[in-house]
Amino acid sequence: MRMHPSYEMLRPGKKFPHVWCPGCGHGIVQGAIIRAVQKLGLPRDEMVMVSGIGCSSRMPVYVDFNSLHTAHGRAIAFATGVKLHNPKLHVIVITGDGDALAIGGNHFIHAARRNADLTVILMNNNIYGMTGGQYSPTTPIGKRASTAPYGTAERDFDPCALAQAAGAAFTARGVVYNAVELEKLIETALTRKGFSLVEAISPCPTLYGRLNKEGSAVKMLQWQKANTVNVKAAEKLPPDQLNGKIITGVFHDVETIPYTQIYNQIIQRAQASK
Amino acid sequence: MSKDIRLLQGNESCSLGAIYAGCNFFGGYPITPSTEIAEEMALMLPREGGRFIQMEDEIAGIATVLGAAAAGAKAMTATSGPGFSLMMELLGYGCMAEIPCVIVNVQRGGPSTGLPTKGAQADVMQARWGTHGDHPTIALCPSSVEESFKLTVRAFNLAEKFRMPVILLLDEFIGHMREKMEIPGPGEMEIYNHPQPTCQPAAYLHYGDGSSVGGAYASLGSGYRFNITGLTHDQHGFPTGRADEIQWKMDRLRAKVEDHLAELIEVDQEFMDDAEIAVFSYGGAARTAQQAVREARAKGIKAGLVRPITLWPFPNQALAEVLRKVKTMIVAEISQGQLLGEVQRVNQFHTKVVPVQRYDGEMLTPTEVVNAIVEAAK
Amino acid sequence: MKERYEIRLSGSGGQGMITAGIILAEAAGVYDGKNVIQSQSYGPEARGGASKAEVIISDKEIFYPKATAIDILLAMTQEAWGKYSGDLKPDAVAIVDSWYVKEVDRPGVISLPFSQKAREEVGLEIIANVIALAAISQITGVVSPESLEKSLMSRIPKGTEEKNRKAREIGFALGREARK
Repeated sequence: MRMHPSYEMLRPGKKFPHVWCPGCGHGIVQGAIIRAVQKLGLPRDEMVMVSGIGCSSRMPVYVDFNSLHTAHGRAIAFATGVKLHNPKLHVIVITGDGDALAIGGNHFIHAARRNADLTVILMNNNIYGMTGGQYSPTTPIGKRASTAPYGTAERDFDPCALAQAAGAAFTARGVVYNAVELEKLIETALTRKGFSLVEAISPCPTLYGRLNKEGSAVKMLQWQKANTVNVKAAEKLPPDQLNGKIITGVFHDVETIPYTQIYNQIIQRAQASK
Repeated sequence: MSKDIRLLQGNESCSLGAIYAGCNFFGGYPITPSTEIAEEMALMLPREGGRFIQMEDEIAGIATVLGAAAAGAKAMTATSGPGFSLMMELLGYGCMAEIPCVIVNVQRGGPSTGLPTKGAQADVMQARWGTHGDHPTIALCPSSVEESFKLTVRAFNLAEKFRMPVILLLDEFIGHMREKMEIPGPGEMEIYNHPQPTCQPAAYLHYGDGSSVGGAYASLGSGYRFNITGLTHDQHGFPTGRADEIQWKMDRLRAKVEDHLAELIEVDQEFMDDAEIAVFSYGGAARTAQQAVREARAKGIKAGLVRPITLWPFPNQALAEVLRKVKTMIVAEISQGQLLGEVQRVNQFHTKVVPVQRYDGEMLTPTEVVNAIVEAAK
Repeated sequence: MKERYEIRLSGSGGQGMITAGIILAEAAGVYDGKNVIQSQSYGPEARGGASKAEVIISDKEIFYPKATAIDILLAMTQEAWGKYSGDLKPDAVAIVDSWYVKEVDRPGVISLPFSQKAREEVGLEIIANVIALAAISQITGVVSPESLEKSLMSRIPKGTEEKNRKAREIGFALGREARK
């Protein structure tokens, strides 16, 4: 019998079945991460997957890396400590829209500002899924949630623009419908030094979809397919044709010296002055 | 080699103690009156090949400390009341996930922003009960610059051995006071580093050793791939909802402190052999009490001092023995009675318990304590 | 020599009273081998207005760390004199800066030109604290000149040794003169 190629990277004996609902996009993101790591040949003893709280943040339990499931919003701050103490490790942060942008918003922007050498995979499903569908910082204005029964009154964040403005080295967005593109974006992000963000748009049919009458998981994926525009194509389109579209691809990609490397220089400077 | 005698602040000696203990990571957020610790660590750590990071807030500060410690660092943060409040969230995480680290709280007046530059001793209960959920804590309380050094070393040793955050409960009085002390030479004080596992990675259980105290445990990136979570978990570190596993985990957390009280609890006693009146006091306030019992003795009053060096776990037994013996117990503290309540809880002997308190930002004076002793001796 | 001294060095924020307190405590504690405790005012108080450092020097162990009955007071400003001269012992030695402190409500106060000499002879008013410390050591004998020298040289910024040495000599001379 041939094993699924991802199988060896999972913890099948221990923690399956997983908690994600049927039709959830998070498993596709997990698959894309595993394939990207396999393709790059990164040794998994050097992989550390750090997460916060929420549906997305359950991933580290399933993947057979070093795994650190932290508290709500704090994954990036924990991960900063892991990476700074042992810069040889590849540190991937798994987070969601609520985890990274609401309770963890301050850590998110400051990690980007100081260019902490982390690969952040932000699984954006526009809602708090685990706790029953409350609105998040990426729920579009007017959309419904259990705490927005008449639609939200708030505007949403663009996580990629936010990270770039705060100083990130690499930002990109993919959708789970285009799993191959998503995998490439994650692969690229893993090779970049400094703060790298991949926002993965992942549908939540159980809560966001149902509350907003967006239909089945299949329908939500079909909507993704029909409404995704690559950033290069988007550049040539007039703004009114991009309303309500998901723009994917690499937005920002610059060479930087990551925080850990600069700190190593500080150690050299301090030791020279000893 | 000539002795290394220096004039130091309590905050400085705490930093030097941390370096002596092998601390190689500090993450935190500056706050008065603890800031000198961060400043010293920022200066010293990179020289030793360690790392310092100033985070965006205290929550992030302790988060980096726990992350670094999970990756094998000997890590520390330092703060004061408002920051200690923010750290409660992840103090609980550190206890649940069993990650060793040292958290220094240089107490100042509160509540809220309170008195940034003035001392207090009103975080006693917060150090014990500040987090949600059931779990024990360990808190050590220095009364001098030298003790600040030595208890910082001890805090690291206990953190490593008991696999949990250990609180060094300083106060502004000791943190900002300068005294001279002799810095111990290398090897003069014991340094405990936890053993590393030697089993095959497939057989490794991160929370699997029979006793959680003094056992081996691995770091992230060490070749043992395991899971750490703040969710209640099984021996592997994987989340569990099973009643038997939940009970096992909670008992394990409790037992690691409750089964080792003799090792954890240190109480200093002065003039207690024949004392009829005892003063119970710790940290900065104990300095006043030390002076006061001597002045009372000079007046011919049989007074003595009981000074808890370990505040949590609380020295119930040592205190009960004293309460059984003495006529009056005077509780001298810079708070509205956080220590007093504990003494009253332990007092089953109809011993008179008298509070002497101050909470106006100033230290108790020896006269205030002596007056209480004289009154009790009437 | 008394067995125990409580010393208060006071002035306005920026006059180096805290540095002077640390230098004095280190000289007496580390180099003279006495027991010492030093404490100081903090926060907004230490930045402007009246600021103080206190040093207790004793042959015996010191428990309570704050000064309660002052043996030696230095006041570098009128405000500091007003605020910090209330708890002097009857036989206390009170020393003030003659430029900034014009009115004292106590007999026997020693008034010396620390700031004036610092400005005119060293060209650096901030060094008045070192002149004052050196004078105090001569007047009271609370710390040995050798220990003060060692402590001073270990605490001052590199490149200021010459100015500090000069300040110390001025202070010693002022102190010797005052003792007569």
